Amino acid sequence: MKNPLDSLWGTVISGLILTVILYFVVKNILG
Amino acid sequence: MELVPAIARWLHFMAGIMWIGLLYYFNFVQVAALKAATADGTNAGITKHVAPRALLYFRWAAVVTWLAGAALLGNQFVNAFTLSKGMAGIGVGAWLGTIMLFNVWVLIWPNQQKILGMKPATDEEKATARRVAFLTSRVNVALSIPMLFFMAAGWSHRGIFGL
Repeated sequence: MKNPLDSLWGTVISGLILTVILYFVVKNILG
Repeated sequence: MELVPAIARWLHFMAGIMWIGLLYYFNFVQVAALKAATADGTNAGITKHVAPRALLYFRWAAVVTWLAGAALLGNQFVNAFTLSKGMAGIGVGAWLGTIMLFNVWVLIWPNQQKILGMKPATDEEKATARRVAFLTSRVNVALSIPMLFFMAAGWSHRGIFGL
């Protein structure tokens, strides 16, 4: 599998996915 | 005294814009430009004159951003970093910024010194340094996206995002 960080848009999409994951962690777990 | 947080916020924004602006310059502009310049033999202009100056402001802006952010948190510093109730949003932003600062000084800068010939390195060491610096820089671009979300949403947009 290609490393998504080798592509600029793969990097941006990774960041967006991480944002959504962290948002739900903060909202529902950490509060 | 309200002057200290006001100045800290101002400094945090200015230095943060310089830091993340240069991070985006490296990733969105310089990587592709260097590839094209290497192909036509004009890369020295970037590696000799542009990159060292950009890296100087990049790494020190990162330090100023972090220090101003810490000053801005003030007596909430520990609550933010321990992700206490009500401080988890800005705390996650602070942790992401701290990881990014670590990446700048521990992984990007020492490897860039090898790549740009500021530190002696064999061709093999330079190749490894290039890959480590590149991937770490990309990790910081990815981390900057949630970092900026939480920095912006942590306090002022609590009502909108429910954080």
